[in-house]
Amino acid sequence: MRVLWLSSIACNGNTHSFLNYPYMEQFLNDFEFIYHPVIDSNYSLKEIVTETIACDILLIEGSISDEFKRADVPVVDIITKYAKIVKKIVTVGTCATFGGIFRESDYKDTTGLHFVKEVKIDKFKDLLNKTISLSGCPVHPEVLVNTLYAIKKSVDLQLDNFLRPKDYFAYTVHNGCTRNEYFEYKVDNHKFGELEGCMFYDHGCQAPFTHGSCNKILWNEVNSKTRAGLPCMGCTEPTFPKSNLFGTKKNMGIPQDLPLGVGKRTYLTLAGITKAFTIDRLEKKLFDD
Amino acid sequence: MLSKKEQRKEQIMQSALELFSVKGFYNTTIPDIANALKMSVGNMYNYFKSKDILAKEIIKYISIYLGHKLKEINELDISTEEKTRKIIEVYFETAMKKPEMIDYFLRIYLSTREVFKDGCEGMICVNEFVTEIMIYFEEGVKCGDLRDQDFFSAFGLFMGYLGGMVFLRGENILPKELDDYVDDISYNVYKALSV
Ligand code: SF4
Ligand code: SF4
Repeated sequence: MRVLWLSSIACNGNTHSFLNYPYMEQFLNDFEFIYHPVIDSNYSLKEIVTETIACDILLIEGSISDEFKRADVPVVDIITKYAKIVKKIVTVGTCATFGGIFRESDYKDTTGLHFVKEVKIDKFKDLLNKTISLSGCPVHPEVLVNTLYAIKKSVDLQLDNFLRPKDYFAYTVHNGCTRNEYFEYKVDNHKFGELEGCMFYDHGCQAPFTHGSCNKILWNEVNSKTRAGLPCMGCTEPTFPKSNLFGTKKNMGIPQDLPLGVGKRTYLTLAGITKAFTIDRLEKKLFDD
Repeated sequence: MLSKKEQRKEQIMQSALELFSVKGFYNTTIPDIANALKMSVGNMYNYFKSKDILAKEIIKYISIYLGHKLKEINELDISTEEKTRKIIEVYFETAMKKPEMIDYFLRIYLSTREVFKDGCEGMICVNEFVTEIMIYFEEGVKCGDLRDQDFFSAFGLFMGYLGGMVFLRGENILPKELDDYVDDISYNVYKALSV
């Protein structure tokens, strides 16, 4: 399979994340980059933009603006040209999907390929049925690679409303976190980086309302943000980035954003019950000092 | 519709409430309650195994009763100021029409903690009621009407004030009926809680 990795307005974070894919050699045997910004490839960017090189998958990294050019050619024109010949288009990361952090850039009307935050845009609407969105800041390398293999094997991926494969995005990041017990009993006496405590109640963890597989498919096959003791910042969501990422926004003590699909009354009823009890084991340190 | 058994349970709780408010909680026995309902003591135990269990069921019953009323108010499309007034109205109306209910809450539930410590930990037995107060606060803050603060500092102000008024009424100290105070109290509460 021939793949074009096109960088638009981006920090190359997804490239860095991708380079951590542990089975890169195998991957490069199965896929060929006609162009990638940092991996040796057979064509130069100049050739990519002036000619039309045969290609199966177009990967777009970074947000999109009519003003932004690569090798002096508007990136929207490059997308339009290659979109016609490829089998699939994959938006790699939250910027390419929803606009992400570069929505704040000085380029005019910066967007994702099909969305600005949650709002669908029309610009590339005839490409909708070719696109798969992989949000994340950065995208998880295994999510990217596995999706590319799924395309190669013509697997019919089920997508959510933002065109994200449900295999990775139907879950919340909360699913699989090692702190779930602390969540259940509402214990957040967390100190950043420590093993104890759930960060939902005070420390801003957005995992219960963020779609992704970070705690099911670990990063570098070892760990996740929340397991390590940093709150999930909701980087796969259209609303990313938000501000005040290290504190839970509350109104009179009640978290403003509740776990996905859980109604306020349900949440408060359960919270009222669990808060009435103190579970010693969860209040203590796991290891003695 | 409540089942026959549930209806009977409600009758028992209602008559227990009335007896508690006249004779006091400790002076009222299960046989007294059975007598008042012309039930046999044995049958009474089919509904409630002990007075402690009855006591806990009653507080839940009151919490559900008030919780439902508050939920209706919370679901109205009105300003926080209007909600404040309506909640106070409902609370006072209950205190006037069913004084034994609020009495039980203030004089028995809050001051007889040893009866409630097992099974009514924290605010479990008054969950429905407290949840609605929380929603009223939370929505008030979210729409910019109420000042964000610790839940309990707001809760204490609200409930302490209303409870105090009902208490004064119960002691026959209030010169006027509770509903005469709704205007002023709503004004005060809203002024204290708003931004
Ligand atoms: S820290 Fe975050 S991900 Fe982990 S249990 Fe708590 S809310 Fe869930
Ligand atoms: S844990 Fe949250 S912020 Fe971190 S990578 Fe996963 S989705 Fe993004």
